[in-house]
Amino acid sequence: MNIPEARPLAPADQEVAVGRRPVPLEVSNLTKTFRHKRLASLAPRKKAKKPPRAALDNVSFTVQTGEIYGILGANGSGKSTLIRILSTLLLPDGGTVHVFGHDVVKEPGKVRPMLNRVSADPSFFRPMSAMENLLFFGRAYGMSGPEVRRRSAEILTRLGLGDEHAREPMLHLSRGQQQKVAVARAFLSSPRLMLLDEPTTGLDPRSKREVQGFVAEVRRESQVTILLTTHDMDEAEQLCDRIGFLSGGELVAEGTPLELRKQVAAGRPLDEVDMEAVFIELTGRSIEEDENEDQQAEGGA
Amino acid sequence: MATIELLRSRPPSRVGLGWAFFERQTNLWKRYWAWEVVWLVYGVVNTLAITFIANEASRSGTVSKGELSRLTMFLLIGTLVWAYMSAVLDDMSLTVMWERWEGTIEHTLMAPVPRVVHLVGMSAFGILHAFIRTSLIMACALPFFQVDLGNADWATAAAVVAVGSISLIGLGILASILPLLYPERGEQMSFMVQALVLLVSGVYYSVDVLPGWLQVASHVSPATYLLRGIRDALLNGSSVSNQAGALAILAVFGLVLVPASLLVFGVAERWAKKTGRLKRQG
Repeated sequence: MNIPEARPLAPADQEVAVGRRPVPLEVSNLTKTFRHKRLASLAPRKKAKKPPRAALDNVSFTVQTGEIYGILGANGSGKSTLIRILSTLLLPDGGTVHVFGHDVVKEPGKVRPMLNRVSADPSFFRPMSAMENLLFFGRAYGMSGPEVRRRSAEILTRLGLGDEHAREPMLHLSRGQQQKVAVARAFLSSPRLMLLDEPTTGLDPRSKREVQGFVAEVRRESQVTILLTTHDMDEAEQLCDRIGFLSGGELVAEGTPLELRKQVAAGRPLDEVDMEAVFIELTGRSIEEDENEDQQAEGGA
Repeated sequence: MATIELLRSRPPSRVGLGWAFFERQTNLWKRYWAWEVVWLVYGVVNTLAITFIANEASRSGTVSKGELSRLTMFLLIGTLVWAYMSAVLDDMSLTVMWERWEGTIEHTLMAPVPRVVHLVGMSAFGILHAFIRTSLIMACALPFFQVDLGNADWATAAAVVAVGSISLIGLGILASILPLLYPERGEQMSFMVQALVLLVSGVYYSVDVLPGWLQVASHVSPATYLLRGIRDALLNGSSVSNQAGALAILAVFGLVLVPASLLVFGVAERWAKKTGRLKRQG
């Protein structure tokens, strides 16, 4: 099975490629705080507002070429805030993010052609067919109509979707099929940095395996660098070269799955230490606790 | 092969990127054809309901038989121009709202499309869409009335519409900023802007009947000059040279409003990025 060939680099990237090779993703001391929204109401205001809460607090990490770096954390831990900053959709309060040497805040125009994204929710123009959606997003990345059609067909076939699915309005497709179209949309533009934001959340086990298999296959066959956020421990361990634990907006630990296990094994055989136990040990809380406590953080965004 | 790759590695053309938005809106339009029928019926009924006021004025003796055709044309032009303007403004205010409903806003705004190209693509569709819808309303409404179009200068009217549409694009971009800043109430706020334009621009009456302070406001609405120019062309047969003044004013409005609205949109987008408002609704 062949990966669709990578599209040629933009001139700016060719220039970078022949000189020093900047790392795909460099995050330094990233901070973002949201103020809590006050609901519009005619009722008298009762109490002083809550203090602002840091969705990201001095987060730093680097992702190397061809690596899959996992960010593991509960809902509300800051994963989506991080992804939105990397996607040039949110401005940080402090710190920097460089994508292949380009600052996401100062040079969004140079960063955007190099990255793409899959979100937990496959967002599409629902009355339009899968192919019409892919045509729009492909063209928005500078691809021609025939090029979009050819590459879409290749990727969708690999994901188990045929031409009949491509012609269906998105609202007639199942959740799993929609997410596969979302994966196709993201890989269509041959991004050099792929942001996978909980790409398998809500999928049935089969669709989940197919999406995970596709990601692993693309990584094996190309040099795409992937940042994967998830709260699925098994998924993180299966796909990621390195994992960072994000809890309450802070990156509290990072390393390879093996390194993380070793940190908490305390003499036990490593195969007896699962990633859930590692997360609890290193963050001091379970995924569920994190979820309850931090749900508000991104809601204020 | 190297030559081919070099050619392909050029940045994508702006026309191609703008076409992405035009094509997408066309596809959405096709899929939402039932809504289009609803708006068309609404537009025709609205046009008839307002223009029949002229017949009532004639029947009751408020206007003479001789003035009936002129009053009918006055109201007809007002309703049709308003249908055109509100369609453009609606389409542009949906630039952000539609993306929020569908949840695609983050994917669209992170795509490597300069915002100017994005908004121009949306405007091009909005203008064509509004023109087709208004033409259909006019075709359906005209047979109901006896109007004398023998004196009409259609070329001048077309020139006024063409030049005036540029300033409508500027107004439309400004209208699309409100849903960007206020995810939950922005669309309603853009209706308020439309209502103000309707009040001060002399859509169904001459601006001379407005109180003095509202007449001042009418001078800063490009719709005032658009309506005046079209009425002069169709009712009085005014030529392009006679309308040079109105055309110049409309051109100035366009030249100022379009860059200004793009600038304000850029500032608003940056603020939305700072406060986390560039995300889907719900």
